[in-house]
Amino acid sequence: MDGLHATNERDLGRKGLTRRTFLGGIAASAAAAILAACGSGSATSTSAPAATATKAAGAAATTAPTTAAAATAAPTGATAAVTKPAGSAAASVVASKGPAKLSDGKLVLAVLNDQSGVYADISGKNTTKLVKQAVDDFMAKYGKDVFGGTVEVIEADHQNKPDVAGQKANEFYDRNQADVILDVPTSSCGLAVAAVAKAKKKMYINVGSATTELNGAQCNKYTFHYAYDTFMLANGTAPLVTKTLGKKWYLVYPDYAFGQDMVKSFTDAITKSGGTVVGTDPSPFPSSGDFSSYLLKVQSAKPDIVGSMHAGGDVVNFVKQYNEFKLRDQKINLAIGLLFDSDIKALGPDAFQGITYTTAWLWTLDDQSRAWADMAKKVIGVRPTFAHAGNYSAAWQYMDAIRRAGTDDPDTVVKELEGHQFNDFFARNATIRKEDHALIHDIYIAQVKPLKENSEEGDYSKILGTTPGKDAFKPDGATGCTISA
Amino acid sequence: MSVVQLFNGLVTGSFYALVALGLSIIFGMMRVVNFAHGAFYMLGAFGAYVLLDSWQIGFWWALILAPLAIGCFGMVLERLLFRRLYALDPLYNFLLSFAVATIIQDAMRLRYGAQGKPYRVTSQLLSGVQHIGSTFYPKYRLFVIVFSILVCVVVWFLVERTRIGMVIRAATEKPDLTRALGVDVDRWITPVFGFGVALAALGGVLAAAMQQVRPSMGEDLIIVIFAVVVIGGLGSIAGSVVAGLAIGVIAAVGEAYYAQVSSTLVFIVMAIVLLIRPAGLFGSVEGA
Repeated sequence: MDGLHATNERDLGRKGLTRRTFLGGIAASAAAAILAACGSGSATSTSAPAATATKAAGAAATTAPTTAAAATAAPTGATAAVTKPAGSAAASVVASKGPAKLSDGKLVLAVLNDQSGVYADISGKNTTKLVKQAVDDFMAKYGKDVFGGTVEVIEADHQNKPDVAGQKANEFYDRNQADVILDVPTSSCGLAVAAVAKAKKKMYINVGSATTELNGAQCNKYTFHYAYDTFMLANGTAPLVTKTLGKKWYLVYPDYAFGQDMVKSFTDAITKSGGTVVGTDPSPFPSSGDFSSYLLKVQSAKPDIVGSMHAGGDVVNFVKQYNEFKLRDQKINLAIGLLFDSDIKALGPDAFQGITYTTAWLWTLDDQSRAWADMAKKVIGVRPTFAHAGNYSAAWQYMDAIRRAGTDDPDTVVKELEGHQFNDFFARNATIRKEDHALIHDIYIAQVKPLKENSEEGDYSKILGTTPGKDAFKPDGATGCTISA
Repeated sequence: MSVVQLFNGLVTGSFYALVALGLSIIFGMMRVVNFAHGAFYMLGAFGAYVLLDSWQIGFWWALILAPLAIGCFGMVLERLLFRRLYALDPLYNFLLSFAVATIIQDAMRLRYGAQGKPYRVTSQLLSGVQHIGSTFYPKYRLFVIVFSILVCVVVWFLVERTRIGMVIRAATEKPDLTRALGVDVDRWITPVFGFGVALAALGGVLAAAMQQVRPSMGEDLIIVIFAVVVIGGLGSIAGSVVAGLAIGVIAAVGEAYYAQVSSTLVFIVMAIVLLIRPAGLFGSVEGA
């Protein structure tokens, strides 16, 4: 098993046991199989089935665990069978020019994210399935020979550890010939991968991380920041909440790149809208799941609003304990910096009722989004989060840039993406900004509905308003990014 | 404020104490460092969730039924797996428990997802908050402190004052001599293992109402629990309880005053204790 995927102890466990006892051997190999199936990060790859895209992808997705289990036995743990596309181009191809030229005969999309920890449900393995789906759909539209080679989707678990993320990114680019790395939630990991992309001069489209550093001080030519950032979250949520719920804020944040950036963005936005921040507290990340000490401090500080700057499982625990300590009865309202549908699902919508938050996308947005979400539900079994949607969209835009440019050469693709304007089911009125490689698109202020107003499981929020991209994100030239210089 | 933070530390501490107690008993009896203990704790929490979700069985019954069921599950595992490795170096059982932990956790992750499930205590008696000084404190957490300490006292009584306890203590300290005196030590291993597992599950049921019920909750806890057991002295019952409560309070106070250090604090304490008393606070040096 690849040492990057499993801890050394796990490896030790396997070797020690299989040698000595039969039962232990069974247990350990079962462990390995389950591990692989559950996503401790074995890479799988998919071929590029053509016309019958949706069905084939469904099958690929469901058979993935088996492939993964087999792959773990191989020394690299990252390769799997790749089938060649059929020789001739499909009849109904929309292609304008010939197939794109791939530098090494294949296109490799690598998904790197948290597949087992607090952020696993936000994105995780379901993102990989949807990126595979994006590949299949793309080929169904433009013909299976659009790239003149095979397309692989591989994945790995970065366990929310920046060192693992960096190491994995190196391996993706060098060993697996990855052409692009997608997703990478957890801001510290997102930044680690940006540094690797810069050094290797390879494409990297970050969807999962929120830190503005990605398209700010730590931006680079090969890094794109898709979907959302802390500035847009803060400037969507803070003014509205300050106006409606009170001016005195107390912020609790996870003590790493994301949380620190959130506090900075929120403090700016709160101050700008006439509020004050009376206290901030860093909580450890990864957390113990207990926020009671902070809630007690909040109680004695008596602010109007306590802002949870956490994400994923941490938000869930924070809200659970906020409700347990009955802070709302003490007139301390709750604001949440970043909220995903998967968080709401974990506690039930009633625990979040009335919370307003900013989001990059909701599946209930309109008919186009709903249609995509129906498709996504068939692939992943649940309603998609905005991270799922963002990754599908990012993969699509990347492939489309290659199709337009006729090559997967990173420098050319970067040029093709810069300034590109488009509309898709996820990004509306979207531009990929040349100056800092941020995706500028419309964003939404949403509110969690009470359970009885949910039309189905997963219909948690309603949209209160839309903010045009140019007002939602940091204005041109204010990000501190110096790509063009 | 500091008084309430102290309370808060006791809540965390009573979890540590309960779970560490089970770990300590199992280690004492079998010399097995049970890495799966965190997984049993997590199963306890899921037990409470499943009881409520599938059969509308509330918190009070869950407090009895979940540990009972998971304790039995533990006994089955002991009979089928752990027992077969007693003849070998204890390291093999440690590795086996690691495999068991991974299987259980990932199986739960497959079934319930990484982000887990909601659980709420439905009892009216335990909902709401209690006035302490100028702050409010959830009644449920006060109950957790009282209940855990009660359980610890009962366990102490069982081990120190009953005949079964005497056998366990004898078997813990001098297993060979105890056998030589005609006590069937092996007969007690399975129930003691089950009992230790049940204690972990009980901790899990208590945690279900305070934390998100998720497959990784035990994984996060077990490292701290090992530190607690080492600080208290391996195999010492009083040691795990005292160390558990102390670490809980230290971590909570640390969190309130300098949060950055709170997750490291327990290991700093462990390093200091090991330097001064290598066998832990209440431990005795073995093989001396």
